[in-house]
Amino acid sequence: MRAPAADIAPALLVLGVALAVLPFVSFSAWVTLTVAGLAMGMMVFIMASGLTLVFGLMDVLNFGHGAFVTVGAYVAMLVLGPLAAWTGADSLVPNLSAVALAALAAMLATGVVGLAFERAIVRPVYGQHLRQILVTLGGAIVVEQLLAVAFGPDPMAVPMPEALRGSVVAGDIAVEKYRLFAVVLGLSVFAAMFLVLDRTRVGLLIRAGVENGPMVEALGYRIRRLFVAVFMAGSALAGLGGLLWGMYREMLTISMGADVLVTVFIVIIIGGMGSVGGCFIGALLTALVANYAGFLAPKLALASNILVMVLVLLWRPAGLYAVAKR
Amino acid sequence: MALVRALLSEDIPRSRVLVALLVAVLMGLAVAPFAFGGARALNTAATICVFIVLAASYDLLLGYTGIVSFAHTMFYGIGAYGVGLALSYMGATWWAVFSGLATSLVVSLALALAIGLISLRVRALFFAMITLAVASVFGVLASQLSDFTGGEDGRNFQVPELLRPGHHFVEGELLGRAIDGRLLTYYLVFAAAVAVFLVLLRIVNSPFGRVLQAIRENDFRAEALGYRTVAYRTIANCIAALAATAAGALMALWLRYVGPKTVLSFEVMTDILLIVVIGGMGRMYGVVIGTALFVLAQNYLQAVMGRAAEGLSALPWLARALHPDRWMLWMGLLFVACVYYFPSGIVGRLRGRQE
Repeated sequence: MRAPAADIAPALLVLGVALAVLPFVSFSAWVTLTVAGLAMGMMVFIMASGLTLVFGLMDVLNFGHGAFVTVGAYVAMLVLGPLAAWTGADSLVPNLSAVALAALAAMLATGVVGLAFERAIVRPVYGQHLRQILVTLGGAIVVEQLLAVAFGPDPMAVPMPEALRGSVVAGDIAVEKYRLFAVVLGLSVFAAMFLVLDRTRVGLLIRAGVENGPMVEALGYRIRRLFVAVFMAGSALAGLGGLLWGMYREMLTISMGADVLVTVFIVIIIGGMGSVGGCFIGALLTALVANYAGFLAPKLALASNILVMVLVLLWRPAGLYAVAKR
Repeated sequence: MALVRALLSEDIPRSRVLVALLVAVLMGLAVAPFAFGGARALNTAATICVFIVLAASYDLLLGYTGIVSFAHTMFYGIGAYGVGLALSYMGATWWAVFSGLATSLVVSLALALAIGLISLRVRALFFAMITLAVASVFGVLASQLSDFTGGEDGRNFQVPELLRPGHHFVEGELLGRAIDGRLLTYYLVFAAAVAVFLVLLRIVNSPFGRVLQAIRENDFRAEALGYRTVAYRTIANCIAALAATAAGALMALWLRYVGPKTVLSFEVMTDILLIVVIGGMGRMYGVVIGTALFVLAQNYLQAVMGRAAEGLSALPWLARALHPDRWMLWMGLLFVACVYYFPSGIVGRLRGRQE
C-alpha cells in the first residue's frame, strides 16, 4: 500500500533511468521520449491499479481484467460517435466535455460489468486459485466474444478530439498534446487514489484489509462488501484506461485488453502485488524503459518489459514495495 | 492382459464406457488413413494425435501438479520452429530433423528450468502471470524476427524424401490408398504420440507422480513430509515442456509449415485448456477423449454453425453469435460451465462413484 516514507529508492531508480539515457540522445528527443513514456506509464497505471488492489485485498487475481479495458473502450466509442460535432469542433471545452461524458459512460458501464463479473464469475470460486484463474480467463473470452458479436470482429477507428491532436512545440522540442493530457489525467487519478486511500475511513479499511483481512473482519467490518466496491472501482478504472488507450491508438480491437493485460501483469509484479504505489512506479519504469529501448535498440524493446521485471525481482524478489503479508 | 496393464502402468480406465471410448479413439486413429478417405480426415486424425500429446503434457502440470502455465504453446512453438527452421535452412534431411529436435529440446529445457526456478517458489498465481508474460514476448519475437522465422507468414519447408507425398513405396494402392510418404508421416506421428502418451501415463503413476498429486492437494503438507516441492514442480514443468516440444516437432513434420498462428497463438493455449478441462483434469484418459471430441468439433461443427447462422438470418444477433468465427464464444461458455459444474470432466463423470 503506502510505502514507508523513507523508501524512495524505487522512485529514484525511475529518475536515474531517465537521466542515464540523457547523454545518449539529443535533448529534444529525450523530452519527447520521456513524455511518451510517462503518458504510456500513466495509462498502464490506470488500468493496473484496480487489479493490484483487488489482488491485495482478497487474493483474487482477475485474468478477466483485460476484458474491462476493451469494454470501456467500446462503450466510450459508442458515446463519442454521436458526439462527433463536439469532438470535431476546434475548441477545448466541447472536446473535453465529450471526452468526459465518454469517460463517465465507460466507467459506469465497466463498473456494472465488473459487478456482474464478480457475482457470476469470481464469487463461486473464491479462494480456489486454480479454478479462479481458469474461470476468470473463460469469462474474459466470453465478454470479448460478446463484444465481437455486438460490434463485429473488425478493428474500429476512434475519433481523437481536435484539441488533443497535434503537438505543443517549443524550440526544437515537440510534445504530443494527447500525451500531456494522459500524463495530467494519470497524475490526477493517482492523487485521487492516494487521497482516498490515505485520508478517508474507507481507504483506511482497504489498507488494513490488504495488510490483514481477517483482523479487519474480526473488528466487525464486512470485508466482502468492501471487496465488491473495490472490484467495481477497479473495473471502472480499467474502463477509463480503455478509453485512454483506445484514443491513443485511435483504433479499437476486440483483443486490445488481452494484449495490454500482459504489460499490466508485469507492472503489478514489479510493483509488489497489492501495492498501489509500487504499481505506479512500476508502470512508469517499464514504460520509460520500453520507450528508450525502442529508440536506442528497437530489437531489445520487444523484450524490455521482461528484462526490467527480471532485474527488479533480482533486486527485490517480492516487488518494489512488498506488501507485508506476502 | 498383463501386457496391457503394464503398458498402461496399472492405471486401468475403470469404466466400461470409458474403455469403449478409448478403444474407439485408438482404433479410429490407427486405421484413419484407410477408413476415412480424403486429406481433411487424415489431417484431423494427425491433429488429434499431436494434441493428445500436447494436452496430456499440459495435464501433467494443470491436473496432476496443480499449476497453471500459459507458456505451453511456447514450448510447442519451440519444437515446431526448431524442426521447421532446421529443415528450411539445412535442407530436407533426417540430420536436420534430429538436430532441430535436439536443439529445441535443449532450448525448452533451459527455458522451463529458468522460468520454474524464478517463479515456482512463489505461488500458483505468480507462475501463471510470469508464463503468460514470457510466452507473449516469445510470440512477439517469433513474428518480429521475420528474417529468421518468416514473421507472420511463417515458413514452408520440405521434409525428408521418405516423408514426401510424392514418394511411393509400392506401386498401386492398398485399400484405396496410395502407400506414400504421407502415410508414413502419419504413422510416424501416430506411433510417437502413443509412445509419449504412455510415457506420460507412466510418469503420473510413478511415485514421482504421487508426490506431484500430494503437492496439488496440499503443498504445505507435502513440504512438511520432506518433499522439496519446488524441485518437484520444476521437474514436472520441465517434463511437460519437453513433451510439448516433441508435439510441436511432430506438428511441423506433419504440416510442413510453421507460423505463429498455428503454433504460438493464444488460441492454441485456450484450446489446450479446454481439452484438459472438458476431458477431466488430473485424468490422463480424459485428455484422449477431450482431444478427440474437441478436434472433431473444431473441424466439423464449425461448418454446422455456419449453416445454422445462414438459416437464422431473420434473427441477426443470433446469426452473428452462431457465425463460425464466434466459435470461441461457445467454447468460452462451455469452459466456464465445465469448471463450475464438471470439475472432474467427462472421465470423472464416467467413472462416477468409483473415483
